[in-house]
Amino acid sequence: MKQDIAITAPFATGYDRLRTALPGHAQPWMTALRDKAMEAFSAVGLPTQKRESWKYTNLRGLQKLALDEQSFVPRPISIDRAPGLLPAGSAYRMVFVNGLFRSELSDLSGLPEGVTLGSIADLAETRPESLQDLLSNQAADGDQPLVALNTALMSDGLLLRLEAGSKLGRVLEVIHVNSAESGVLAHNGRNLISLADGSEATILEHHIGLDDAPCFINLATDVTLGDGAVLRHYRIQAEGAKTLHTSTVNGQLAGNSFYDGFTLTIGAELSRSETNMKLTAEGARCHLNGGYLMRGQQHCDTTTVIEHLAPRTSCREVFKGVLDDRARGVFQGRIVVHPHAQQTDGHQLNRVLLLSDNAEINAKPELEIHADDVKCSHGCSAGEVDHDALFYLRSRGLSETAAKSLLIRAFLADSVSEMDQEDLQPVFLEKISDWLAA
Amino acid sequence: MLEIKNLHASVDGKAILRGIDLTVRPGEVHAIMGPNGSGKSTLAHVMTGREGYEVTEGTVLYRGRNILEMAPEDRAGEGIFLAFQYPVEIPGVTNTTFMKEALNAIRRYRGEEELDAMEFMKVIREKTKQLGISSDMLKRAVNVGFSGGEKKRNDILQMAILEPSLAILDETDSGLDIDALKTVADGVNLLRSPENATLIITHYQRLLDYIIPDFVHVLAHGRIVKSGDRTLAQELEKTGYAEFTGEAA
Repeated sequence: MKQDIAITAPFATGYDRLRTALPGHAQPWMTALRDKAMEAFSAVGLPTQKRESWKYTNLRGLQKLALDEQSFVPRPISIDRAPGLLPAGSAYRMVFVNGLFRSELSDLSGLPEGVTLGSIADLAETRPESLQDLLSNQAADGDQPLVALNTALMSDGLLLRLEAGSKLGRVLEVIHVNSAESGVLAHNGRNLISLADGSEATILEHHIGLDDAPCFINLATDVTLGDGAVLRHYRIQAEGAKTLHTSTVNGQLAGNSFYDGFTLTIGAELSRSETNMKLTAEGARCHLNGGYLMRGQQHCDTTTVIEHLAPRTSCREVFKGVLDDRARGVFQGRIVVHPHAQQTDGHQLNRVLLLSDNAEINAKPELEIHADDVKCSHGCSAGEVDHDALFYLRSRGLSETAAKSLLIRAFLADSVSEMDQEDLQPVFLEKISDWLAA
Repeated sequence: MLEIKNLHASVDGKAILRGIDLTVRPGEVHAIMGPNGSGKSTLAHVMTGREGYEVTEGTVLYRGRNILEMAPEDRAGEGIFLAFQYPVEIPGVTNTTFMKEALNAIRRYRGEEELDAMEFMKVIREKTKQLGISSDMLKRAVNVGFSGGEKKRNDILQMAILEPSLAILDETDSGLDIDALKTVADGVNLLRSPENATLIITHYQRLLDYIIPDFVHVLAHGRIVKSGDRTLAQELEKTGYAEFTGEAA
């Protein structure tokens, strides 16, 4: 679908300008990859609302951001330390500031055997072959224009590769700090995560916007899990008030592998979190859970597509949203069960609390089932805080505000409790309490 | 302590309470009995500030203050407690969390210092011992999966912790078996003191065999039509409410 030239131009000219300076520019395969991706992107441009999966979210705000070629030029800023969620020394740490890896703020010491972990920009210069297979897999097509854009312009990100049977051990805390003193900041971060058979890792991502600077952050993550591999992937998106944040996670899950995802969405003016999971062999399991807390005029879109391509695979989605003021939430959950995927077990739930008359949720659950021996349930509901419960709490002395907070926290705690790694749950509960107290 | 004067209230424009007068002094136990639809629950809800009820006339003075202007949480701060007819389930909130926040909110209202986690646990141990019930209930989510009896017992525990000066029991005995009834009654009796008062709203006289009232009032068509002592309750047991339901609205 042809797109307005205006919405491809800043990207195309930005690319032309940066092409010879982007990480890996010395590698012909990488330059070819990027060129092809930019071609694919330019052919279709940014997704518009005419695409079914973008029905409720439009990227017109990007035009208002007035991106120009300067926006894509890397903009390091001085920062003394990055705010961590986990006690120093208890986790591995990678810090990205305005999309660029900062080794002096990070801590990757003592990685176990079988683990390769590093910045993509560094590796593109020092060990490009370590990226080649994972990046070349990408079909640069117009089907995922934002991923194509990311492939073309990616400036940095992380590579995590685990050999068969290896375990990362400690949690990997990935901290993204974004701040722009002048002009608009734009960057494309790419994460490549490949866990071979039987390997295991936990990643905690925290995206922080330090100020109200206008930003366009476009992330793409590729996840490949081998047989029996386990990835726990937890994210907190707390971008700044004028940020447009788009994130696409594409995952391939082999037999008996397990992807445990939880995303807490609190920030950004507009955000889109898209997760596409393919369960390719028996026993593969995928949990996509999350909470989204929106106020003011924020807009957040959670879109998931889970494809069951083999028998005896399962998925579970529990999303809880809290929308206040004029905020807009979008939930699109698509589950596709292919004809041979007998005995699939799927469960999807999206529940929303509307705290004001003007808050709005658009929910579109989609179940496409082509096998006949399948268990698939889905539920969607939206409503106010329970009045009876509210009165009960107030009759015992709690103020209306305190009573509402208690009920909202309990509502969200339900989804947080889905996280497989229980010792990380308090981190998310605290962020929720902070949001309620603000 | 409690002075209700000429209280009129409606729900959805329909008049339910049509001029209630009632005085309760510290140390007293009053029972309000009456046929269904007489306005018993409405009285309890108007007194505790539930939304959906419109007071069209009259005042409710509690320790000299007109509580009808106060928010529900402030009435709780003043010392009023309602044991609900249908206690609400609150998944995801433990009884401990709930009670600690409630107690501290009420202490804040009264200008007292809040209790920290340890001090609060001391209070819990003391009260559960006093009532002779186990503290297991506290770790569970508020009323979730509780039987009728357990919900009422939970209310009694809350009463013990929050130490209200006026406890209103709204049809506390509805749907309870004898054992549960006795547990509730034992709890209420244990907490009775010369400083606090209890208002029992009930249709049946059963509960009043265990919690002996000082005064019994019959509520019919939104008014108190007869008052007496505990023998009135026993009479009603025999004769029913027929004498009162015939009254003109």
